[in-house]
Amino acid sequence: MDMLKKFSGSSLFLPVVALSVLLIFNTLFVDGFLTIQMTEDGHLYGRLVDILNRSCSLIILALGMTFVIATSGIDISVGAVVAISAAVVCTLIGGRGDGVAEMPMSVAMLAAVGVGVLCGMWNGLLVAKFKIQAVVATLILMTAGRGVAQLMTEGQIITVYYKPFEYIAGFLPNMPLPTNIFIALAMVLLVAVLMKKTSIGLFVQSVGINPTAARYAGINVTMVIFLVYAFSGLCAGVSGLIESSLIRAADANNAGLNMEMDAILAVALGGTLLSGGKFYVGGSVIGAITIQTLTTTMYALGVSADQLPVVKAAAVIIICLIQSKKAQEMFDKWKASRHSQQKNDNKAVFGKAVKQL
Amino acid sequence: MAQALLEMRHITKEFPGVRALSNVDFTLHAGEIHSLMGENGAGKSTLVKVLTGVYPRDGGTVFLNGKAINPKTPKDAQDCGISTVYQEVNLCSNLTVAENIFIGREPRKFGMIDWQTINQRAAELLAKLDVHIDVTKTLDNYSVALQQMIAIARAVDVDAKILILDEPTSSLNEEETAHLFKIMRQLQKQGLGIIFISHFLDQIYEICDHITVLRNGELVGAYETAKLPRLELIAKMVGKDLNEVKDMDNFAEKSVPSDEVFLDAKGIGAVGKLNEVDVQIHKGEVIGFAGLLGSGRTETAELLFGINEINKGSLSINGKKLHLKNPMNAMEQKIGFCPEDRKLSGIIGDLSVRENIILAMQAKDGILRHIPYEEQVKIADDCIKLLRIKVSSREQLVKNLSGGNQQKVIIARWLATQPDLLILDEPTRGIDVGTKTEIQKMAISLAKQKGMAVVFISSEMDEMVRTCTKLVVMRDRRKVAELTGSDISSDGVMKAIAGGAA
Amino acid sequence: MSSKLNQMIASKYFSFFVTLALFVILYGAGMAIYKGFMRPQVFLNLFIDNAALIIVTIGITFTLIIAGIDLSVGAVLALVCMVLAWLLANTGIPLGLAVLLVLVMGTVFGAVQGYIITKFDLQPFIITLAGMFFCRGLTAVISQDTIQIVNPDWVALASYRIDLGVGFISIGAVVALIMIAIAAIVLGFTKFGRAVFAIGGSESSAALMGLPVFRTKVMVYAISGFCASMGGLAYSLIMLTGYNLHGLGMEMDAIASSVIGGTLLTGGVGFIPGALIGVLIQGVILTFISFQGTLSAWWTKIVVGALLCVFIIMQALITEQKSKLSSKRSMEDNNNPPQAATAAQ
Repeated sequence: MDMLKKFSGSSLFLPVVALSVLLIFNTLFVDGFLTIQMTEDGHLYGRLVDILNRSCSLIILALGMTFVIATSGIDISVGAVVAISAAVVCTLIGGRGDGVAEMPMSVAMLAAVGVGVLCGMWNGLLVAKFKIQAVVATLILMTAGRGVAQLMTEGQIITVYYKPFEYIAGFLPNMPLPTNIFIALAMVLLVAVLMKKTSIGLFVQSVGINPTAARYAGINVTMVIFLVYAFSGLCAGVSGLIESSLIRAADANNAGLNMEMDAILAVALGGTLLSGGKFYVGGSVIGAITIQTLTTTMYALGVSADQLPVVKAAAVIIICLIQSKKAQEMFDKWKASRHSQQKNDNKAVFGKAVKQL
Repeated sequence: MAQALLEMRHITKEFPGVRALSNVDFTLHAGEIHSLMGENGAGKSTLVKVLTGVYPRDGGTVFLNGKAINPKTPKDAQDCGISTVYQEVNLCSNLTVAENIFIGREPRKFGMIDWQTINQRAAELLAKLDVHIDVTKTLDNYSVALQQMIAIARAVDVDAKILILDEPTSSLNEEETAHLFKIMRQLQKQGLGIIFISHFLDQIYEICDHITVLRNGELVGAYETAKLPRLELIAKMVGKDLNEVKDMDNFAEKSVPSDEVFLDAKGIGAVGKLNEVDVQIHKGEVIGFAGLLGSGRTETAELLFGINEINKGSLSINGKKLHLKNPMNAMEQKIGFCPEDRKLSGIIGDLSVRENIILAMQAKDGILRHIPYEEQVKIADDCIKLLRIKVSSREQLVKNLSGGNQQKVIIARWLATQPDLLILDEPTRGIDVGTKTEIQKMAISLAKQKGMAVVFISSEMDEMVRTCTKLVVMRDRRKVAELTGSDISSDGVMKAIAGGAA
Repeated sequence: MSSKLNQMIASKYFSFFVTLALFVILYGAGMAIYKGFMRPQVFLNLFIDNAALIIVTIGITFTLIIAGIDLSVGAVLALVCMVLAWLLANTGIPLGLAVLLVLVMGTVFGAVQGYIITKFDLQPFIITLAGMFFCRGLTAVISQDTIQIVNPDWVALASYRIDLGVGFISIGAVVALIMIAIAAIVLGFTKFGRAVFAIGGSESSAALMGLPVFRTKVMVYAISGFCASMGGLAYSLIMLTGYNLHGLGMEMDAIASSVIGGTLLTGGVGFIPGALIGVLIQGVILTFISFQGTLSAWWTKIVVGALLCVFIIMQALITEQKSKLSSKRSMEDNNNPPQAATAAQ
């Protein structure tokens, strides 16, 4: 009982419950949802693996977004940065039909991630140094970024025939799980180590909760905010690699489309307040998996990709209302007024009883 | 005597856990300028806010011209004829002067706002106050002084019977203050009742007919200005009998400052914040910055900690000339600072006691040199024990602690960095008596046992007298006196604050 | 000289004149490079092609003035196009009623967003971002394919041209210009309009001065929704279709136009004629790109983004300059320090 109470109060409660509900729903209504099979070449195969596979880039984006939101900012450019990163890696490797890479894949990958970091630094510069509202600063890149990606690919969808490129989001020979799951795991571990071994968590939370007090305690607030956006850019860059490898192509129009909303939703679902402050990396990761499960479930129900945002937008608004202080106050007041009414009633009854005595 | 313009009787206001006003009476007559006096937390602003409908009152009655009124919003109060001009002018700086005077009640022609009439009437109104400016320019083109005049013009034009001026002169220069006083006298002649709140004693004595003194939410008394000597007024504000003031006992043996100078500031100042202050701080010394609110004591502390940059005079620490650009620069010189406003610039409310304590230390070590959890626990536990911070656990959120314990957490934050100089700005404000004494004793023992220099800033005279070995007295954002040894007495400080005219 | 410059920079209309000058220079450059710019019709086409953006910009300017933002406008525009096309294709309701319905829908949607933002004290960008995804998704729910509008009245309206002698303009352009005039009057000459500015200047001051803050804020978002749906109608007159991706990224174009035209993102300052010029500047750039022929259309988004950046940074610098000016004033105060207290006997 006590443990249950502890769990229901924890930040993981909401995402875990939401995920469980979705999984149970799927188990009941989707045939063979839980089945995991092994193919002849040693790859695991099944719907669960598929969900995990698909949620990798979202998990990575959510990691970056978590820190940004914790400083009470937002980064709505991540989807566009994913497209830019995808464009960079694909144009560098090149779409040669004979499957030869024009540049070593490692160079191309590094370049793509590097460009992602640059995009993040640009956002960070605008927000931290020029003090432009985060949403407008990142809106610029959100819209112009796709234009940049289009320019790189010259408006074409660049399909990469270079075989190893598939490995990023596919199976390396003899590996049971697709590579991107390991990439996501590595990113999560990286963040976990950073959280454990550095004071990044303390600094980011301080800046998000009370920037003035953080400054008075000697924290370089501008630098923290700048770094947070740069990291979000890094995450988007890595996501771009995965997203492009999944379809073996750079599609400037659709790569990372609507992913900013998914990332924000994952963070909010994970228990981090959209107004900043305390953040929960674990919650965001589970939140991301939950969102991907929701997406997959919706697809199974026949909802198309471009219709999905209706559900997700509604979810964001509901979570916002749950998190809202004002709404909580109103609820408390309503509860208190009901409570005091009851008490008054009791008193009246009690008073009567006393009188009768 | 004629019927009073405003009568407030037995006003009571409670906030959760605090009785902000208990049973306070206040009377204002037409054509009178009446000052409301009291130190921080005495209840002045609460009383004003009750009167102007910002807070609902919990008890008591308010009569305006003999009729009971009960304003629930500032708008209600305005409709009754009670207008307020605040220190931070509550106008919109992006609108024109004329519009600021008329917004919400614009004269209209054919349903459209009649700008011509507005501009014309605004100019006329201001001319009456002897202000001649272009009313079609936006408000941010004008100085705070003029903005204040404009706010007064708006306040008076809405048919005010009572005008409340809350610290209007704190950012005005001599000439501007004189102009304001001229206008106040003019309004006084027109029969307005004016409530004037200011921390500048000279101004009170220059302009006010009556003074009502509050302390700790209670009425001390109402006096005619002419019959109340300054020293007596100060004694009433800080709550000490004049005789009692004179022989205050030393409750703990004071520290003995060493000859070694830690910090030497010569003529430091910053535009719009501080005029000119000389301070020398020795190791092992508890030095007090005395003065009323707005005298420059906090501003000096903020310059010494690098929160604002010094742009006048010179500062040297340990004999080295320095320019502090940010708090980190000051922390590198082993300076710590507990700010005046705990909530706004002190605590990180949603973090735990442990995290709040190690924050400055961690900031100093840098983001990469993470203090291991076990060490954090040890530091936090040590501090909690040393300062006797009452917490349910070291992981309790700071926002859930009482004010005194929050203060101790911030002090602990700086003690953990082992500073050579610790600046405590109003460390005892709004906390219970027991904790107050504890903090005072701690300041002394830090200086005595660790040879630390401590700057102690407080509005409460007796605690300064008890703890400090040297007192820097400030008024009007400059240093006016420095007291040492036996000169340190409530009497002496009050005289210095009052400006020798007592 | 420098004080005059400072005064100019501090002037309310400084950025408007910068914008106007920029437009004239751009257009002049166009005339110098391409003969086509000489034709009056090219100028008039700016209004015809950008009628929807002009109207949407009006609404977003309102929200920016109260220091809010509305990211949902592009999606609302797409939804309006789609609903109108769907209504005309699948129901027998008359055109007038369909138009009225979509206008009401957009306005109510805006008002609901405004209500949620104001009532629960939530950040406008989160709610309107969600609103943006909501409307885009809803558009796709109605139809994932393009729906053609074949209603003869609407088609006739779309191709109707008003002859001005030197050229012609469309119905959409006329509506846009009328709305610009109405918005300028509402903001400049009504109690509501002035309350909008006051809230942008300082919400707490506005409340203390007795202005209806709550009502005004909700109305501002409702206006933004209304303008987005009017913009949708204008867009529909050009495209004659309902399609999921109509108006993609238009929120940035509109914000950029507004900011280029002198609206401050920090609220309290906005100028409707400026916003119009902001749109026209974007239109000229588009014309450049189409005359040039080889530049890809993607340059427009990038150039608009760059322009927005430049203007925001310029705003930041102007604000800094202004605060420098005012601190200089207080320095002058400091030269004769407040001696009132000591001077009095």
